[in-house]
Amino acid sequence: MKTWSLALAGLLLALTAPLATAQQINAAGATFPAVIYQKWFDEYHKMHADVQINYQSIGSGGGIAQLTAGTVEFGASDMPMTDEQISKLSVKPLHFPSVLGGVVPTYNIAGVTQDLKFTGETLSGIFLGAITKWNDPRLVKDNPGVKLPNADIQVVHRSDGSGTTFVWTDYLSKVSPDWKSKVGSNTSVNWPVGLGGKGNEGVAGTVKQTPNSIGYVELIYAVQNKMAYGSVKNASGAFVKADFNTVTEAAAAAAKNMPDDFRVSITNAAGRNAYPISTFTWLLIPSHIPDAAKAKTIKAFLQWMLTDGQKYAAGLSYASLPKEVIAKEVKQIAKIQ
Amino acid sequence: MTPALTDTPATPRRTAQTGDIVARLVTLAFAASIILITFLLVWQLWSQSAPTRHKFGFAFLFTTTWDPVTEQFGALPFVYGTVITSVLALLISVPLGLGSAIFLSELAPARISNMLIFLIELLAAIPSVIYGLLALFTIVPLMRDYGEPFLKSTLGFLPWFKGPVYGFGLLTAGMVLSVMTVPFIISVSREALLAVPREQREAALALGATRWESTWQIVVPYAKLGILGSIFLGLARALGETMAVTMVIGNDPKIAASLFAPGYSIAAVIANEFSEATGRVYQSALIELGLVLFLITIIINGFARLMIVATTKKGSKR
Repeated sequence: MKTWSLALAGLLLALTAPLATAQQINAAGATFPAVIYQKWFDEYHKMHADVQINYQSIGSGGGIAQLTAGTVEFGASDMPMTDEQISKLSVKPLHFPSVLGGVVPTYNIAGVTQDLKFTGETLSGIFLGAITKWNDPRLVKDNPGVKLPNADIQVVHRSDGSGTTFVWTDYLSKVSPDWKSKVGSNTSVNWPVGLGGKGNEGVAGTVKQTPNSIGYVELIYAVQNKMAYGSVKNASGAFVKADFNTVTEAAAAAAKNMPDDFRVSITNAAGRNAYPISTFTWLLIPSHIPDAAKAKTIKAFLQWMLTDGQKYAAGLSYASLPKEVIAKEVKQIAKIQ
Repeated sequence: MTPALTDTPATPRRTAQTGDIVARLVTLAFAASIILITFLLVWQLWSQSAPTRHKFGFAFLFTTTWDPVTEQFGALPFVYGTVITSVLALLISVPLGLGSAIFLSELAPARISNMLIFLIELLAAIPSVIYGLLALFTIVPLMRDYGEPFLKSTLGFLPWFKGPVYGFGLLTAGMVLSVMTVPFIISVSREALLAVPREQREAALALGATRWESTWQIVVPYAKLGILGSIFLGLARALGETMAVTMVIGNDPKIAASLFAPGYSIAAVIANEFSEATGRVYQSALIELGLVLFLITIIINGFARLMIVATTKKGSKR
């Protein structure tokens, strides 16, 4: 499917290229922020008719691979590049957080209508297969007043490689040493238990279809489909339900210790209202762009994205960046040559 | 006069010969391109899978761990899932498809037959993702609430029908694949049955055979090659099917005896994990899975050839 759409995109590009006199900039990468990226590039094109940025949402892995191969001007990824990946690039890439996302636990339990409360301990226990019943004392203790049934928990996870899985497993690795040693974090992992669903829609569909099941989906997907989801206990001990504010709060909390290259995980952040399963998504911009005109355009776009561009985030259900992070990023734009 | 007479027919013959040569060369080039494409395909799969071939060797085929975090990769659960779901699909679709084809070609009135064959060809043209969606929302709950509990209560003493019931799993995937392969089997088998000469049927009937005896003992064996061809066409579709399978199989790379258990297929894991596979070894493992699927297809096609050769020999002796 993806190769088809790629081929189609390539064909369209080939057909329209001779007509356009505009400056063409190609980018590729993560699917999670694709909606807002398309919107940004579209809006930016409306303001600057001579600039056209094409974005192919082929996945974070694909974005990094294309950036490495030099077939795109810049990439996009839901997880920061590793040192090993950076070492393969001749030009060091700069990480620019663009928007924020959250991942939420969603469940389908007969007779339970209230929002459930989870902790790192219960979530990792469930996904490790150590907590097998909904009326496990650990779950009952966190959810007073909820009648949890004596039923087996059916775990559902993503089957496709995904930034969502990366954030979810990154969080579980931070809160559970057991999870870290047995499973670890990645875009796909070796799941101890559970059924796999393809994409957010696959996980949501499987959860809906399977009584007494629990899965995880992107916050955006849950909001747009009006799905019920639980709150999660954060590092400061409060149960926080994910929304745009609590996700932004997590980024703000992490901003104090932000490394200069922005390669940071913000799961299990410390703020009082910080939602613990949150993440940045990054644009990967080469620190040296040989074509001076393109370099100028990309810098101008980044400046716009970090200021006026952010106001499109809420309308498309993305959490926007906290101002501390934006201020730091604007400084980084100058590093592009 | 005489040389002129011999010359006149010679000229068109000569042009016909040059035409023949051109046609021959052009078609040869087309045929050669098929070989070239196949060769390039295998070569690409082979060279791109070098990291895992060197790291794991043949153990890749026989180990069961698939862990992208520690970069431990084994293909066995995927091979198992692919083969089991395809075999299950054929177990259901071959009798169903062959029975329908016999009815359509031998028994049904032409009007009904034409109408049904239109519907069947329509079924074959439905995109697999649609089958997957239908299966997810109808077959999965039906299997969970009725199908699998029924099998468990009646045949539960067998190892294939034990364990927890999810609705998602190998059995459901096999059932969806059977629905997807049956139109191919019906359509191609029916053509093969229709191609059997009338004299064969008439001769059988003249010798006192009943309608069924003539069909089962004369017409079906005569059309055997075409029917086998239809089955292998169906099998090829089942082996490579991706979307519909991944939506119902459960996507869990484990090997369980029970058909109720979730599994995983080669095509499904490649489609699922390739776009976000960042490491070199990880990508290489997925490409090597593609190579394994290619090998499975070659083995099955070779097996089909052998079977066809064996059955035609038997036929010529008779």
